[in-house]
Amino acid sequence: MQPFRFDLCELPGETKGLREDIRAFLAEELRHVPKVTRAQTWSGSDPEFSRKMGAKGWIGMTWPKKYGGHERSFFDRYVMLEEMLAAGAPVGAHWIGDRQSGPLLLRFGTEEQRQLILPRVAKGECYFCIGMSEPDSGSDLAATRTRADKVDGGYRVNGTKLWSSGAHTAHYMIALFRTDSSPEAKHSGLTQFIVDLKNTDGITIRPIRDLAGNAHFNEVVFEDAFVPDDMLVGSEGSGWGQVTAELAFERSGPERYLSSFLLMVEMIRELERRGGDEGAEVIGRLVAHLVTLRQMSLSVAGMLEKGENPALEASVVKDLGAIFEQDMPVVAHELLGIAPTIGDGSDYEEVLGYLTQTTPSFSLRGGTREILRGIIARGLGLR
Amino acid sequence: MNELQTILSDSVNGLLSDRVNKALIQKAEEGVFPSVLWNEVEANGLTRVLVPEDQGGAGATWADAAIVLKAAGEHVAPLPLAEAILANWFLAEAGLEAPEGVTTLLDGDFVFQGGKLSGEAKRVPWGRDAAHGVALVKGEIVLVPLAGAKIAPGLNVAREPRDHVVLNEVAVKSAKAALPNDAMQLYGALIRACQMAGALSYLSAQSVAYANERTQFGKPIGKFQAIQQQLAVLSTQAAACGVITDFACAQVVKRGAEAAFEIAAAKIRVDDASSIATSIAHQVHGAIGFTYEHGLHFATRRLWSWRAEFGSGTEWAKRLGRETIKGGADALWPHVTAR
Repeated sequence: MQPFRFDLCELPGETKGLREDIRAFLAEELRHVPKVTRAQTWSGSDPEFSRKMGAKGWIGMTWPKKYGGHERSFFDRYVMLEEMLAAGAPVGAHWIGDRQSGPLLLRFGTEEQRQLILPRVAKGECYFCIGMSEPDSGSDLAATRTRADKVDGGYRVNGTKLWSSGAHTAHYMIALFRTDSSPEAKHSGLTQFIVDLKNTDGITIRPIRDLAGNAHFNEVVFEDAFVPDDMLVGSEGSGWGQVTAELAFERSGPERYLSSFLLMVEMIRELERRGGDEGAEVIGRLVAHLVTLRQMSLSVAGMLEKGENPALEASVVKDLGAIFEQDMPVVAHELLGIAPTIGDGSDYEEVLGYLTQTTPSFSLRGGTREILRGIIARGLGLR
Repeated sequence: MNELQTILSDSVNGLLSDRVNKALIQKAEEGVFPSVLWNEVEANGLTRVLVPEDQGGAGATWADAAIVLKAAGEHVAPLPLAEAILANWFLAEAGLEAPEGVTTLLDGDFVFQGGKLSGEAKRVPWGRDAAHGVALVKGEIVLVPLAGAKIAPGLNVAREPRDHVVLNEVAVKSAKAALPNDAMQLYGALIRACQMAGALSYLSAQSVAYANERTQFGKPIGKFQAIQQQLAVLSTQAAACGVITDFACAQVVKRGAEAAFEIAAAKIRVDDASSIATSIAHQVHGAIGFTYEHGLHFATRRLWSWRAEFGSGTEWAKRLGRETIKGGADALWPHVTAR
């Protein structure tokens, strides 16, 4: 028997109104946004857009009202997410706070932390980044070396975090630090903290240009940076378990198969323009995979709504989704053979240009393909 | 699962896991129809799951029937169970009574005049063993006795009978049914997709079990990352097929033949998965899986056969792609999210 379960999940009829509201909002907001900008989807950042979404009640949708949330269902949130992604809305600024840092604080944070931070996240005014990876700790997260040493009233932090997307604009980082360096405390020596990136001395944030020339991710260096006791998340030594739970959220959403959707749309537009049967087979296959992935992704949303833990199912969807997303520019190239371009091309050429360069990251971010398959293999009883 | 689904699942999985074994499949491949098992399958009502209760069936929906169809694939039952389920459903849709015995599907070119049917169907599943065939001719469901038909035997690579059936003015029963002209191809693709999803689920479980048993270099080969990664891929492909076939069946319940969109997606997706999954399953099993002695091939040969039946993935992809392009780039997302 398969260790994972994907029960069909139908979105309740009452989500239809929300979907229409979002489409109307996006039609207006994105009217003048170029397709290549939209292709960035959740990597695209626009604080003004985030504030508008906050005002609409579309951030922290499932959170309790007392923390600025809206107590809506996971299905409402799912509809919001997939509409934003399919349209290529610039949701990047508030993305991490909404997706994982907020839920993390709701589960493990103190009442003071929730009161202080969550209402601002829900308004679209307060942004998060993640501090997990380090120069010598990528997939092997337990090799984390950045140290948080206990001092009076808090911790003194030294070390370097790497690949922190959005750290240069974020207000806070959820960071995984080592609070116990003894060899037997490989996992139990890790602790999560909220780091105030705007008001802490001893933190240097350096953007790292990616191969496409964009600067989304950063190196964050801590030199005797002080983090107060009340910014510890959960309890000292519980970081590993919390990070694992957080990653389940990071891997579960429709962003794991829709990142190249705009290219698919532009491909269809180009074939429509050309007329005839050209490319029909290729598009048919893509549609089949798209529809399948959406149902799998919805199934995970259904598990979240029921309060179940979809960590394994989320890994399955992310692995299959990344293949789909990464195939898109390859398929587009093979089908139409139009050169990807930067800056002066058609929508199709520009979107292809952006995604051709970006897709290698899709099976790296949020857990590499190999790590995901290792998780799946463990689920199968092989490890 | 609801109550009916639990009953169906227990019934079909219980019966097939008990009765379908290597000896039985091997005999079937040598040309001996497993009549005893067929009679049990029929007595359990499994061929009539989609027939309404007042017509002597289980009154199940396609969502329920998916359980039986998948089980037929998962246990590699060498019977036209899926075909009979569909044939009997066609008959019920036309208000015709489903006969006893083996009933198969006649997907061919026919002329229907004065209550008599002439023409031919190629690659008819178990044509030689069937007492009746069901054809769809110009909106009429036709029940054809096959006793007098000219039948030339053929096989698919799973050694399942795929016979050439020629009819010459055979007296038949018929009735109109509210089905589209391509219903044979459409629902045929759906039953095959479900069987394939079942067979893929078996391939995944079997390959994992083998990797945990087989020891090389001092440990089970499943402990090697190279194998683990491959088996993870196999399992995700099987999972995807389970989902899309369930979805296609659920859409048939909801919108009948308008679910052609999802049926096409299902056949395409299982076709793609079959190529990946059969390759991995054989690679993991090594030489033993390439022998007739080991049963792996009963599933892989079925997948290689079924992926080409009732329209290959490529044919369905062309159809789905044409409709998508015709619908327009900006219509795809609203369409997908409206289902």
